[in-house]
Amino acid sequence: MGQITLQQVTKSFGDVDVIQPLDLTIEDGEFAVFVGPSGCGKSTLLRLIAGLEDITSGTIKIDGNDATDIPPAKRGLAMVFQSYALYPHMSVRKNIAFPMRMAKVPADEQERRIESAAKALNLTDYLDRRPGQLSGGQRQRVAIGRAIVREPSAFLFDEPLSNLDAALRVGMRMEISELHKKLETTMIYVTHDQVEAMTMADKIVVLRLGNIEQVGSPLELYQRPRNTFVAGFIGSPKMNQIQGAEADKHNAHTIGIRPEHIDLSETDGTWKGTVGVSEHLGSDTFFHVQCDFAAEPITVRATGERALSYGSDVYLTPRAEHLHRFDAQGLRIE
Amino acid sequence: MARAVTTRRKVITTGAAWAVGLLIFFPIYWTILTSFKTEAQAIANPPLFFSFDWTLENYGVVQERSDYMRFLWNSIFIAGGSTLLGIIIAVPAAWSMAFVPSKRTKDILLWMLSTKMLPAVGVLYPISLLFVKYNLLDTHGGLIVVLMLINLPIIVWMLYTYFREIPGEILEAARMDGAGLKEEILYVLTPMAIPGIASTVLLNVILAWNEAFWTLNLTAAKAAPLTAFIASYSSPEGLFYAKLSAASTMAIAPILILGWFSQKQLVRGLTFGAVK
Repeated sequence: MGQITLQQVTKSFGDVDVIQPLDLTIEDGEFAVFVGPSGCGKSTLLRLIAGLEDITSGTIKIDGNDATDIPPAKRGLAMVFQSYALYPHMSVRKNIAFPMRMAKVPADEQERRIESAAKALNLTDYLDRRPGQLSGGQRQRVAIGRAIVREPSAFLFDEPLSNLDAALRVGMRMEISELHKKLETTMIYVTHDQVEAMTMADKIVVLRLGNIEQVGSPLELYQRPRNTFVAGFIGSPKMNQIQGAEADKHNAHTIGIRPEHIDLSETDGTWKGTVGVSEHLGSDTFFHVQCDFAAEPITVRATGERALSYGSDVYLTPRAEHLHRFDAQGLRIE
Repeated sequence: MARAVTTRRKVITTGAAWAVGLLIFFPIYWTILTSFKTEAQAIANPPLFFSFDWTLENYGVVQERSDYMRFLWNSIFIAGGSTLLGIIIAVPAAWSMAFVPSKRTKDILLWMLSTKMLPAVGVLYPISLLFVKYNLLDTHGGLIVVLMLINLPIIVWMLYTYFREIPGEILEAARMDGAGLKEEILYVLTPMAIPGIASTVLLNVILAWNEAFWTLNLTAAKAAPLTAFIASYSSPEGLFYAKLSAASTMAIAPILILGWFSQKQLVRGLTFGAVK
């Protein structure tokens, strides 16, 4: 069991309010991702749940029990840190055994859990090495192993993949997702990478300046962003946002249209523009098209084979059913 | 930093380093040399460097007259005891300063160090009175406490600088793994800080070993360490330099050997964690 509930939780460091009053429920077995730009308070929020920081006001409940004043050691949560935070003076085996040693798990049970975790994480051959002798990916696996053997009610991940190279990151992303499917334990995952958020989450919590901007499934956030911030943050490349006369035509302060929802033509269309930089990714091509009415170039997705020369004229047609409208406060207009 | 080091420059700096080294070592060298001379040769003018009759007589006399082993044992007991006690008190203190600092932590550290600026004689009276009142004069326990107190600021400072090099996330990981404060310090922090603790211990053993003001003032016979052993050959004996030198050599030999074998740790300790 691992339902986590935050009620009116705030955190201030001196005069700085890092977390504004905030309510959030993460259901048992859910994979929740906290995402936002740096300084949005996502790591602080995770540390409040972990108990590594004291909350300034409010209540944290784990499985319905008030955990606000319970020290981290007693909350029954496991955490994987960005820096892995392995114990450098202990072998991999002892690192993984440490939480069980603290919980006074019998030796034969410890051994059994270490073996099974090592097998699941491909660490069997490295159990007697020190963390210093392992690669980044292996260290990350040890950190995960150390979290698994505790059989926690929830896992907390603090940007666990940001120290890995791109190829390894994709692999580890899959492994963590698979682990979640297998264990069916609540996981809270902090990242600044919206791709990680989109690919892994059941529920995404978008944070900015200590406020929750939106909570929802990846597709909900993608299809119905509540405001211009979420619209710009979720999706890659990001949504085109246009203000001024074109927006007025749709009775909005800002209109948004994703690159994949614009049709491109060399002969006719709604908006005329000039082709700027093209990015050929193989599977797709992104054209940055400069239109007179827009301050920034409009990004358009086309098929990988499509080629347009720099400076040539094109016509863009946004698909009406995919147009997002926002008011002067940046909030979505239905 | 690529810098062309000319041979001349190398010769000059090496020469200077040797000169400074020899200058510092000379008193020790001279003491050891004198201990092998006769009393007459010891005060000969011009001084004799090598052309004298080497003799072990002084060592024999010193050994006969006083119980070296008892002084040695007292020194080991007092230096070791005060360092151990200091470490036990300083580890939690340095832990809190390094990992849960408050606004005043820096001030507290500086204040602690400032007590080292007070001349020891300034508190001789109050300490002596306390010793008399609680029957601590000439006891191991009393001396261990006093030496521990005067070295405590240095121990805390050194441990503080070492602990600061340990990433806080590792301690947080221990907390998440279910370790209480005691387990965190015992199983995670201390093993990681072993090199730092070792050099702190070493430096403090040396400081306590050589401490003479308190050991001379607060002991007489029972708890007197090697500093008192040397002192007993200075004043009443007048001009017996050779015997005094023999006593000094015997007093510094153990710590000199200890220092020689642990040079690397000591250098790290003395640079206060500046060299990683």
